[in-house]
Amino acid sequence: MTNILVCIKRVPDTSGDVQLSEDGMTIDARHLGHTLSAHEECAIAIAAELAASSDGMATALSLGAGDAQEQLRHAVALGCGAAILLEAEPDSFGPADVAQAIAAVVRDRKESGAGFDLILLGTDAADTGDFQVAVRLAYQLNLPVLTGIVTVGIDGDTVTARGTGPDGTEVYELPMPAVIAIQEGGVEPRYPSIPGRMRAKRTEIETLPPAVSPRGSGRVRLTLPPAHPGTVKVLGEDATAAPALVDVLSELGVVSK
Amino acid sequence: MILVLIETDDSGATVTSLETLTFARNLADLGDRPGVEAVVVGPLEAGLRHNLLAQLGEQAVLTVRHATDDQLDQYSAAAWAASVVTSAEAATADLVLAAGTPRGSEIMAHVAARLGTAMAANVVRVEQAEPLVVSRQVMGGAVFEEMRLDGDVNVMTVAGHAVDPKPADSATSPDVLEFSPSLTEADLVTRVVRVEAEERDDTSALSSARVVVGAGRGAGSADGFDDLIELTELLGGVLGASRVVTSLGWRPHAEQVGQTGSRIAPDVYIACGISGAIQHWAGCQGAKTIVAINTDADAPMVTKADYAIIGDLHEIVPAINAELRRRLG
Repeated sequence: MTNILVCIKRVPDTSGDVQLSEDGMTIDARHLGHTLSAHEECAIAIAAELAASSDGMATALSLGAGDAQEQLRHAVALGCGAAILLEAEPDSFGPADVAQAIAAVVRDRKESGAGFDLILLGTDAADTGDFQVAVRLAYQLNLPVLTGIVTVGIDGDTVTARGTGPDGTEVYELPMPAVIAIQEGGVEPRYPSIPGRMRAKRTEIETLPPAVSPRGSGRVRLTLPPAHPGTVKVLGEDATAAPALVDVLSELGVVSK
Repeated sequence: MILVLIETDDSGATVTSLETLTFARNLADLGDRPGVEAVVVGPLEAGLRHNLLAQLGEQAVLTVRHATDDQLDQYSAAAWAASVVTSAEAATADLVLAAGTPRGSEIMAHVAARLGTAMAANVVRVEQAEPLVVSRQVMGGAVFEEMRLDGDVNVMTVAGHAVDPKPADSATSPDVLEFSPSLTEADLVTRVVRVEAEERDDTSALSSARVVVGAGRGAGSADGFDDLIELTELLGGVLGASRVVTSLGWRPHAEQVGQTGSRIAPDVYIACGISGAIQHWAGCQGAKTIVAINTDADAPMVTKADYAIIGDLHEIVPAINAELRRRLG
């Protein structure tokens, strides 16, 4: 029976135009949808599969404002059996703060006899891209940690993880408990089933205050990159434009005999 | 002192590590730091070592700290980070840098955790030297975050292609200091136990290619890549793919360009059948010239491109290939 904690984050969906708040300190997300990071969608899929195959349970956890319940319920719909919200203003938490807050929950559960065998996260979040929470969490808990992992298997107390490295697929074998940061590419994200959606509606989300006073991320301000000049030169509208493009490629020096 | 972790490939230092050295040298010039040292971890074959030292000399590296130990032959982020921390302490470095690659990011996160200090990921420029304020990419490159780093030692990764790797005005002959780091059992428990070579991660080839041909949903199916592969070969380039293409299983994930894939900076990026969502743009915006081939004249990739052909890639790419074959004889 494997109990897994999967840590997720509500992030703005940047398919639309990104705008900043007036003070330049946050994303103005009023006109944006919200979603999960691609890596975390895969982490949920792995957590749900591993838990189901061992009669264990996957628990989703998020540190964020109350509206992060939407992402937690989504995780439940995808197969997690429980959800925890560490309710806080996420922009005031840096990656070290988030790791410390999650570590406090993990320690608390261990002390109460409901510890986690495996803690999964995304390798990095789509908004802040910090690449650090998993590693800092592992150091807080004195556990081994891997990042960039695409598949995970469990045999007894050993977890086998695979990631892609410069020479091929790298295979790791770790004792549990362990912290593993998942990267997109090894598993297909799940889609919620109708029973899953029903379960998500009914599930009570345990809401707690984070057990840390955040020190922040060092953010001074956010800025937007300069607008793209948008000076595209259209060479044509069918295959007859091919010679014009080859002329351009030749001028750029990338066509050579 | 600034310490830079060097990643290597078959030719010596990777392009992104050379970029990071140039970034570090520019940063050293802004303040009172004496210069840049480098740390290399793991075994180095003689030819590779020779090339590497020449490259590091061109980047005016003062000292190369080489961690050699049988226990480092297989990659372990914790053990590599222990080697970097040992080097940082020996060099009395107040800044530790690596390229913002998957491996560089992983090791620097360990280094920051071990040093109990802040880390800025995907830095693109320095806004202010004292106190240190850097700009870094967030939201997949759609936004920059200015971040203050005020620890005694600070850690950062440099976004791919934030700077061009340029040789220093005066080259050096760096001292090489070999050392065996003190490693614990915990540092080695995350060692790679074996490498299965059937799926090679070609991100290094993507990030250093002069020409990348990108394929998106417009390819139509897993069988729709023959002409795109021929175009890639005719131009001596590398094939890239959008997230849709890899999610659908049409091409391997290692070919993905974008926020959760590789970040590229070729001389020319030919984006075929790619709409250009911001997550993809995050990976290709470093291209010097962008060509879009797309049926939708209003697609973001088209409006942001330098050149475009509006139409079906399955008609246009074969015509380009035929024209290239004709001119190449």
